[in-house]
Amino acid sequence: MRRVPPHRWLAAIPGLLILLGVPFANRVHARVLGMPFLLAWIVGCVLLTSIVMAIVDRLDERHAARDAGRSTRPERAA
Amino acid sequence: MNPALAVIALFLVLSFALGLLARRGRTMNLEQWSVGGRGFGAVFVFLLMAGEIYTTFTFLGGSGWAYGRGAPAFYILCYGAIAYSISYFLLPVIWRYATAHQLHSQADFFVRKYDSPALGVLVSLVGVAGLIPYLVLQLKGLGIIVSETSYGAISVPVAVWISITALVVYVIISGVHGSAWTAVAKDIMILAVAVGLGLYLPWHYYGGLGPMFDAIAKAKPGFLSLPAKGMSVSWFVSTVLLTSLGFYMWPHAFASAYTAKSERVFRKNASVMPLYQLVLLFVFFTGFAAILRVPGLTGTQADLSLLKVSKLAFSPLVVGLIGAAGLLTALVPGSMILMSASTILAKNVYRSFAPSASERAISWIARALVPVVALVAVWITLSSGEEIVPLLLLGYNFVTQLFPSLILSLPSRPLATPAGSMAGIVTGVATILWTSLSKITLARLFPQWPSVITDLNVGIVAMIANIVVLVVVSLMTRKRAAEAS
Repeated sequence: MRRVPPHRWLAAIPGLLILLGVPFANRVHARVLGMPFLLAWIVGCVLLTSIVMAIVDRLDERHAARDAGRSTRPERAA
Repeated sequence: MNPALAVIALFLVLSFALGLLARRGRTMNLEQWSVGGRGFGAVFVFLLMAGEIYTTFTFLGGSGWAYGRGAPAFYILCYGAIAYSISYFLLPVIWRYATAHQLHSQADFFVRKYDSPALGVLVSLVGVAGLIPYLVLQLKGLGIIVSETSYGAISVPVAVWISITALVVYVIISGVHGSAWTAVAKDIMILAVAVGLGLYLPWHYYGGLGPMFDAIAKAKPGFLSLPAKGMSVSWFVSTVLLTSLGFYMWPHAFASAYTAKSERVFRKNASVMPLYQLVLLFVFFTGFAAILRVPGLTGTQADLSLLKVSKLAFSPLVVGLIGAAGLLTALVPGSMILMSASTILAKNVYRSFAPSASERAISWIARALVPVVALVAVWITLSSGEEIVPLLLLGYNFVTQLFPSLILSLPSRPLATPAGSMAGIVTGVATILWTSLSKITLARLFPQWPSVITDLNVGIVAMIANIVVLVVVSLMTRKRAAEAS
């Protein structure tokens, strides 16, 4: 089995920030942009998901391009 | 007929017309009827998936929970984002396998992977068990929309009957192409309505978000954070986990992944779809704005809060447009669910018992089952007193039980045995049925246990039991298979 490229682990960050961060965010009673902190925290995590997944996608493409470049069989690069 | 109801009726007729137009000039077989061929591009798949994901649940249930429960409603915003980051890795694998083997349904995937038709029947039945509460909540929502916008002229039971008739007619004339076109209209309308309401109401009534949340915090202390018991942090985290793992375990969501043109679509969606998710925020704002304006809606009444506050703020004509967006939001996924459930019962359950049945016979049975499934849903809708959000959570409790077996099937040789997979799923589903029919909770069974454990979502508890049984039975049956050979 091939190893998971390290940059793919980035994808786990937003989810972990939600699952592990909510217990702490729940204790903060500030307002962010008028919203309760817990809600603002979650909105931040959702936005981060979008950004992180775009980055993972970009890195995956670069990874694939490099693999294809290294390939000894030129027909696979197409 | 008041203007609101007239607007809604007009939109209903329009959606029927779109359904008929989409069908013209095509001959439909079961494959087209259920997955619309395999030619949809990125934009269409995006809309199709969004159309299935954004439902009455979001519109009425999301605002209803913000109104009635406060912070626990925020879970709705979380699980989609996590599910999309999982989908980036999961859906391309499913898509590749399904395309290579010409699969149509979710059950086909399990049958092929585990080489077990019996498992396929079980997966199908679990899928249908999950779809029924999902359909019931669409009907509940449609009933609420029709009766509320009639300003008291139409009672809820009558409204439910009108709604199911519309849904059945819509499904029968349109198939999946109708849904795709109506999904375009629906997505634009729901976006405009949800964002419009969520921005207008807090500013109109409170002068902004900050003042609104301050007023709520003052009137209901603790409402904007998770409580120490009940829907606590532990409930929240386990519910987010359950729903994000179950997100693509719905038979229609799973099979709609087959309709993509390439796996590129999923990778792009994983970064685009979470943004779409933020529409939910405005639905929450609407529910929160209603708290101090239309107070006193308790229990299932909380689901009315969006329409009640809209009626207070707008003329009947505008209420009609809001109701029409809600109508499409129930019609698109409602038709998908109804179609999925009937197709699954015909193709994956009936055919397993009558393998010689012709394609035409199966197609005919699928259509004939549409009104049958619809009647079951009406019966449950009229007899159960459940809110919209708990109905969807019940559906998730069922479908998420498929997740462990799916993940273990992904390597080229499944890590679980068919017997292990079936035993695990049956254990999980039996746990759900037992707890939901007897209304037993962990907190009641073990009152002395800490609330961190007893507040866990029962679906997660069932899934843990599922995994334990799956592993044990797989190990036992694998050994026996090895000995026999």
